[in-house]
Amino acid sequence: MSVVEIKDLSFAYDKQTILENINLNVEERDFLAIIGPNGGGKSTLLKLILGINPLKSGSITIQGKKPSQSLKHIGYVPQNTNINTDFPIKAIEVVMMGHTPGKRPLFGYGRDEISCALGALAQVGMQEFAQTKIGSLSGGQRQRVMIARALCANPSILILDEPTSSIDITGQRSIYELLRELNKQITVIVVSHDISVILEYANKAAHVNKTLSYHDISDKKSTFHTHGNQEHFCEIELLQMLAPSSCNSCESEPQWRIKP
Amino acid sequence: MEALSFDFMQHALLAGILVSFAAGIIGSLIVVNRMVFLAGGIAHTSYGGIGMAVYFGLPIFLGASLFAVGSALLIAVLTLRKRHRMDTFIGLIWAVGMAIGVILVDLTPGYNVDLMSYLFGSILAVSSEDLWFMGALLAIILTVVTVWYRDILAVSYDSEYATLRGVNVTFFYTLILILSALTVVIAIKVVGLILVIAMLTIPVYIAEKLSKSLFSMMFVSGLIATLFTLAGLWLSYTYNLTSGASIIMVSALCLGVFLLIYRTK
Repeated sequence: MSVVEIKDLSFAYDKQTILENINLNVEERDFLAIIGPNGGGKSTLLKLILGINPLKSGSITIQGKKPSQSLKHIGYVPQNTNINTDFPIKAIEVVMMGHTPGKRPLFGYGRDEISCALGALAQVGMQEFAQTKIGSLSGGQRQRVMIARALCANPSILILDEPTSSIDITGQRSIYELLRELNKQITVIVVSHDISVILEYANKAAHVNKTLSYHDISDKKSTFHTHGNQEHFCEIELLQMLAPSSCNSCESEPQWRIKP
Repeated sequence: MEALSFDFMQHALLAGILVSFAAGIIGSLIVVNRMVFLAGGIAHTSYGGIGMAVYFGLPIFLGASLFAVGSALLIAVLTLRKRHRMDTFIGLIWAVGMAIGVILVDLTPGYNVDLMSYLFGSILAVSSEDLWFMGALLAIILTVVTVWYRDILAVSYDSEYATLRGVNVTFFYTLILILSALTVVIAIKVVGLILVIAMLTIPVYIAEKLSKSLFSMMFVSGLIATLFTLAGLWLSYTYNLTSGASIIMVSALCLGVFLLIYRTK
């Protein structure tokens, strides 16, 4: 069964069309990379899936329900986690924001929330920083805290918007290793400019630039033309390959790989 | 010490403590939500409420509170719709409110209101009704931040994420604005509407550096503000200076010293 199913989706701000005729199925435990140029509509697509932007035409179902009804199944890691670094808040308090509201004590936090948050922090390897002020953490550590916040809701889908845009190379790698680990249980959807995700971690790729072209890249060698060099890809070359206009490995209908 | 035996001095001390804690808590929310300019706008526009109260013969606190809350709601509606034009709206409301106040005072027959006491505070003239008003407001503020602490924290830290987790961001944003407006009104009595912004920000700025959580920031701000207010009050009594200005100068000097120590550490 598809976890996320998008049908004939179009979206426009005022009169400017951002997304046109999008169709996408995300299967359970997929690792989907959404790529494409800036302003191509990647973030808009995420916000539609999350129900932040109102749906105007087409349909999105998440595990068979509307986005607004399935928010508790989605863990979301927003794009810029370097805002508000002066804010006096401990890592554990940030993580507890992700906890699904249930019965709560009049003052302070419930025991289940605290243990859930500590568990999520342990999952991302940050338990020893639970009481650290968020501003004293490095960019990569802060990103892990944000992932822990998303995990605190016990999601079946994890959505990340450019999770490594402000982290150094080693930090980026360890974030993706973490995502690979998490992907054993949950579906991961990640917006990224980072080509290493597509090459090493994702099994599906969607190129979004107003329209969407979809690729199953679980078998990398058969998907990409390597110009004789099996290991090396030029980033631009690869992005162009995945775009529908210059993709000669795709057939005319880019959705052809979607399995029934 | 003999000063403490006067009624007006006891009132001043009590008012100083009540207002300092209210300003510490609400000032923390104003600073972390980047609403400082907005609070300044509400402070100045509430002069319109003072003018209104004088003209219609209402209690000053009532007039100022109604006007300040009204303008806070107006700002909330405008900024939730057009956030990027927020500064323009605030500037407008800031000036128009003051203009309304000045004209209404002009129109009041045979009554010459002491403008200076509203601009720079009159903590030595706090009545027992004023104290009740301040105490009630502090109680409301404490209740709100205790019951809704996590929601206010979520909205202040990351409002988009708070929306996703089902927190009503508009409600809490408006609530913070209304509480700011009421706090500004009681702080006018202590330091005056021109200086109120310093009282809402200087203790908070120091507390922010010392705190790991919003809760401790609020509490520490309240303590620091109390310290500054009492020190300023003592200075003003001893050297016969304007109390509001003395409080602000003490705060500013302490901030300077604090930053020197903090930077070199």
